[in-house]
Amino acid sequence: MKRAAPGVNTARVCKCEADVTTIHIDNRPYPAKDGENLLQECLSLGFNLPYFCWHPALGSVGACRQCAIKQFKNEEDKRGKIVMACMTAAKDGIRISIDDPEAREFRASVAEWLMVNHPHDCPVCDEGGECHLQDMTVMNGHVYRRHRGRKRTFHNQDLGPLVNHEMNRCIQCYRCTRFYRDYAGGRDFDALMLRDQVYFGRYQDGVLESEFSGNLVEVCPTGVFTDKTLKRHYTRKWDLQTAPSVCVHCGLGCNTIPGERYGTLRRIRNRFNGAVNGYFLCDRGRYGYEFVNSGRRIRQPLLRKHGTAPLQLASKRDALQRLGEILSSGARAIGIGSPRASIEANFALRTLVGRDQFYLGLSERDSRLLASILDILKKGPARTPSLHEVELADAVLVLGEDVANTASRLGLALRQAVRRQPEKMAIKMGIPLWNDHAVREAMQEERGPLFIATMADTRIDDIATRTFRGPPDELGRLGFAVAHALDPTAPQVPDLSSTIQTLAETIAEKLKAAERPLVISGMGCGDKAVVEAAANVAWALCNTGHAAGLCYAVPECNSLGAAMLGGDSLESALEAMDDGAVDTLIIMENDLYRRTDAAMVDRLLAVTRHIVMIDHIEHATSAKADVVLPAATFAEADGTLVNNEGRAQRFFQVFVPGNDIKDDIRGDVTGDIRESWRWLRDIIVAAGRGDDARWSSLDDVTAACARAIPNLEPILHAAPSSDFRIDSQKIPREPHRYSGRTAMHANVSVQEPEQPGDPDSPLSFSMEGYPGNPPPSLIPRFWAPGWNSVQALNKFQDEVGGPLKGGDPGERLIEPMQGKKVAYFQNVPGGFKPCAGEWLLLPMHHVFGSEELSILAPAIAELSPQPYLALNPADASDLGLAAGDEVQLHLRQRTDAPADGLTGTEPMATAEIYRLPVRFKPELLHGTAGLPAGLPGLGVLAGIALPAWGELKKAEKGIAEKGKAEKGKQVEE
Amino acid sequence: METPLTHNISPGKEPPDLVQYEKTGGYAALRKALTMSPAEVQAAVKESNLRGRGGAGFPTAQKWSFVPMGDDAPRPKYLVCNADEMEPGTFKDRLLLEGDPHQLVEGIIISAYAIQADVAYVFLRWAYKLAARRMERAIAEAYRDGYLGKNILGSAYSLEMYLHVSAGRYICGEETALLNALEGKRANPRAKPPYPQVSGLWGKPTIVNNVETLCNLPHILNHGAKWFKSLSRSGDGGTKLYGASGRVKNPGLWELPMGTPLREILEEHAGGMRDGYQFRGLLPGGASTDFVTADHLDVAMDFDSMQSVGSRLGTGAMIVLDDKTCPVGMLLNLEHFFAQESCGWCTPCWSGLSWIEEILQDMEEGRGKTSDLELLESHTHLLGPGHTFCALAPGAAEPLQSGLKYFRDDFERHIHEKGCPWREHGQGMQM
Repeated sequence: MKRAAPGVNTARVCKCEADVTTIHIDNRPYPAKDGENLLQECLSLGFNLPYFCWHPALGSVGACRQCAIKQFKNEEDKRGKIVMACMTAAKDGIRISIDDPEAREFRASVAEWLMVNHPHDCPVCDEGGECHLQDMTVMNGHVYRRHRGRKRTFHNQDLGPLVNHEMNRCIQCYRCTRFYRDYAGGRDFDALMLRDQVYFGRYQDGVLESEFSGNLVEVCPTGVFTDKTLKRHYTRKWDLQTAPSVCVHCGLGCNTIPGERYGTLRRIRNRFNGAVNGYFLCDRGRYGYEFVNSGRRIRQPLLRKHGTAPLQLASKRDALQRLGEILSSGARAIGIGSPRASIEANFALRTLVGRDQFYLGLSERDSRLLASILDILKKGPARTPSLHEVELADAVLVLGEDVANTASRLGLALRQAVRRQPEKMAIKMGIPLWNDHAVREAMQEERGPLFIATMADTRIDDIATRTFRGPPDELGRLGFAVAHALDPTAPQVPDLSSTIQTLAETIAEKLKAAERPLVISGMGCGDKAVVEAAANVAWALCNTGHAAGLCYAVPECNSLGAAMLGGDSLESALEAMDDGAVDTLIIMENDLYRRTDAAMVDRLLAVTRHIVMIDHIEHATSAKADVVLPAATFAEADGTLVNNEGRAQRFFQVFVPGNDIKDDIRGDVTGDIRESWRWLRDIIVAAGRGDDARWSSLDDVTAACARAIPNLEPILHAAPSSDFRIDSQKIPREPHRYSGRTAMHANVSVQEPEQPGDPDSPLSFSMEGYPGNPPPSLIPRFWAPGWNSVQALNKFQDEVGGPLKGGDPGERLIEPMQGKKVAYFQNVPGGFKPCAGEWLLLPMHHVFGSEELSILAPAIAELSPQPYLALNPADASDLGLAAGDEVQLHLRQRTDAPADGLTGTEPMATAEIYRLPVRFKPELLHGTAGLPAGLPGLGVLAGIALPAWGELKKAEKGIAEKGKAEKGKQVEE
Repeated sequence: METPLTHNISPGKEPPDLVQYEKTGGYAALRKALTMSPAEVQAAVKESNLRGRGGAGFPTAQKWSFVPMGDDAPRPKYLVCNADEMEPGTFKDRLLLEGDPHQLVEGIIISAYAIQADVAYVFLRWAYKLAARRMERAIAEAYRDGYLGKNILGSAYSLEMYLHVSAGRYICGEETALLNALEGKRANPRAKPPYPQVSGLWGKPTIVNNVETLCNLPHILNHGAKWFKSLSRSGDGGTKLYGASGRVKNPGLWELPMGTPLREILEEHAGGMRDGYQFRGLLPGGASTDFVTADHLDVAMDFDSMQSVGSRLGTGAMIVLDDKTCPVGMLLNLEHFFAQESCGWCTPCWSGLSWIEEILQDMEEGRGKTSDLELLESHTHLLGPGHTFCALAPGAAEPLQSGLKYFRDDFERHIHEKGCPWREHGQGMQM
């Protein structure tokens, strides 16, 4: 009898007793999930059974033949037959052998076959050191090459700025196409040709269209697809300092693993969180990181000697002294926080200025929308689902949100959600859900109900049951109509067209028939009625006995966290300033010019005597500050973020900016960058304010915040506190094989510098520390003996593909109140009426371009569209515009207009004129136009709250209007 | 000797049109079938012991029996005629397609009726241009006269039939790859289970039957199972189209009782070896069957008997190897074909077959090594059934493993003489 292999999880506990069965592996009994495929079960038990084509999120297809095992009929059967573990179900009493000599020989042969054409270029391959093919080749014991023929050679393609292509390394496992096409719905990439010459690529060179293309880098078991941004500052996995982090480029809070070397961020990898992002990230999240290395980083304090003097470099001491002087001399300061800063940073600012002087840093409109969303989620009864729970929804209404662009990973989750209903057909036919191709064959093009009602076409329309296009008013009306169709006590929509009525009834019908209906909306169309209509739909489902989920996409990484901290809008701040009672403005991690229109920000900044800016990136607002303090980015700080689900997640500092070596050869990375909360603590101390804010570590801030705001108490449990140790040791950020520690600073000192301390977390900036697997929220990288690639993740899960051992990280802060019936929103908007001579400008979101930080990454910037104005071709033709023509946009300034009274009858207040090239969007309703949201090239237009009304006319070539030339230039940047 | 499959066929002449076909008793079987219940048709076929003529010899009625029947069966159901005849050396279905297309159309309708299929497809080899024209015409005639379409011959049964001309790959003959190709996907085989009877074309219940199998059905229905069995000289019912290619005096195709001994086919029908050539062995049923040698010539050509001598009946179209043809060169030719036709899905096939081809090429060109024999031998085991995703690679391994067994001396000569002895003698590779 064989002994269990080392690391085998014999004490494995299956959660659901009914599903547990006993299988015999090499004559020893083990518990297994009944009906699950044997590969997954063997891996979950801890066996090292090699594989390639199988992937926990993609299922089994039996292509690579690498997971061959022996199956025996019974105890007497000594011959057995070779089967593929991934294609064989675990059935009670099944007898298999992993160790069987014939099975071993066959698996070694698979490795030999795969290596026949592989170029063996590991030393120059970016995958080297974290290559699944390397690992499996070693695991199979394939060490001697017998093939002596030539290898096949391919032409590689330029797939754009994100993914590098090196086809000669391919082992034809088909994972790439299965992810790209089957899982993510991409169309411009496929398997081509036959035999040993199958080519995985596009039909010709070109940028991969899917916003999930970067996952190919992790899905590919070898170096065919590698990270093209990493290539430009390449570092091996073993030389990267890493820490558990959270993506800052949208509100979903995907878990990431950023890697650093020599003071620059080198890449982002997915950090599995079964409840949130699972195995996949979007490309904005994966490639946006380069803003951290941007030339626009603020690295040292800047001071303005007097009103008109330029900002000059200053020492930390001078800056703090100046702030101390300002604040201790009886100045009345207000603080403007930020939804892109952590809870702790915002709380520190709130502590400095006092609760009533703390502002959220959003426009009135956005503040209200966000507050409304928070209120809706708290009030219940609809619960906000995790991303994983979105994948489980079996009927979905998307109301107003272009999720593919504002919360891409949510779109990918919806691609899985539409499989839930058709999957039942496969189950009925006796096909196990892991048998991926058979399931897809049985399902064909069947998809579960998904209704997408948005302002313009979306990239997930291809999986929609029905789509509906209209401006926010019409979207809101549709939502209200669906709610009314579900529950007659919900308000009725007057003057509803029969088309919308029928559509609303169809949607209601499908949602009602579902087991796990879900409503998705968000802030993307900037409209309160849309947000409220979505709530009404979810509530109407709950009120009629259907447990519905309600998911709002929020724009930033801590939108919901900031909302929970409270704080008024920028407009309120302006009011407070106008009273003259305030003379100092402390702005943290926020470019106000992106929040609201420039005139208002100008006023806000003009009336202030002192402007203090704490941020990591130079922008229009920081340029006007008198004191600028260099803040840490997510990679240089720790903190807590609350995602759109209301899940508080801790991100950990990846590296110490500048480190302690002041004369580092990379002079540009040195500086005084520190966490915003640390700056604020020092300011509090310097100004002699609040003795209770003498925080020495992040834990102190988090604890103070939890004390002050009881709703935020669970953030304490988002991750272990800084004094957490295993065997009295910290968790090392640097891998066991981190090289060059004694050499990397040798040009400065021949002594090895002391490793920086970390008072804020249980992680260390060092190779030393606990060598085993840390608790789930502290995993700095996935690595296990024999498993150097991302697939080492298997060793961090109880059930491969399931949650991390110890539970998926994050603490939910918002659970809806149960039992209480909430009153429906009653404010049904009137139908959209076009306004002669004017256009309602609708925000068009772009996954690459609309987000403030990621656009600073060169690869993302390359994929961002240029500014444009979208019109439907008929409207354009009425204006005499052909494609490529320029249009003049004359924006109506409506800062004093009532929030819901966009009737279009007020006279124009000011004349702001912009020139933009015209793009056709046939789905736009007559009288509406699309303006890309947030593109830096738009200049001050990026801060305009959309929707907004404006006049359009054809721009005459060569005729310059006053002010146009300058603005035009800005737009064309 | 009765030859029901070919009694209408006169090579070189136009096939019978619908009227002529009806005159020789055509479509009577369909009329009869429509008076029976689908279950009764299935029972009649079961009793006849008809086994699939595509090569595997699976009992036809048993294959049908897995199709869900009754009102709650998923719809539509499909009957697909596998006319993608690309097995090297095999041209039996071509004769039936070109020579008597209505016999096939009738057979398809009867089979479709037996499983209550709603749609039938004829998946035809790309190169069979003449067959395509003739099938197209036959289908059109059948529609015209009410044998196809809604309410066939006034019955409650309806069937649509389409001719689909393949884009041309050997792997499309594998029934599940065929279904993928028919759906417009890459012609990769599918994992089984689920079987096509449960989840076939577009995920619906589907039967894929070979041309020759389907052509037997009108005759079974007309004359009964007892008659059908009486045609045979073995336990398997009916006649069989046997073919021979290679250096025989009279290469060709003959409809003979199932179980006719190899020697009889080779010597009586194919006329024995051409003068000056000695028999060395043959592949009995296409390129993916094991060699048999002179020791096996008295074996009956039926499914079970051929298995007993370590080979397979396959398509029944034999390829004869003579003494002036290099067996290694012949195998190189075959393995080149199989390697080229690998769909690229599973590793042993796409990589293993190319490697085999390279080794054989090396031997032919004088680069062979003794260790190569071990490599080839190990590949014949490693590419065995169950190890690969479908039967292509195991099929490719069959001639190789028996070739290594029966012609080992020839392999060794290639290695020792650093080249192909036949080439050196100016004969060249003549396959």
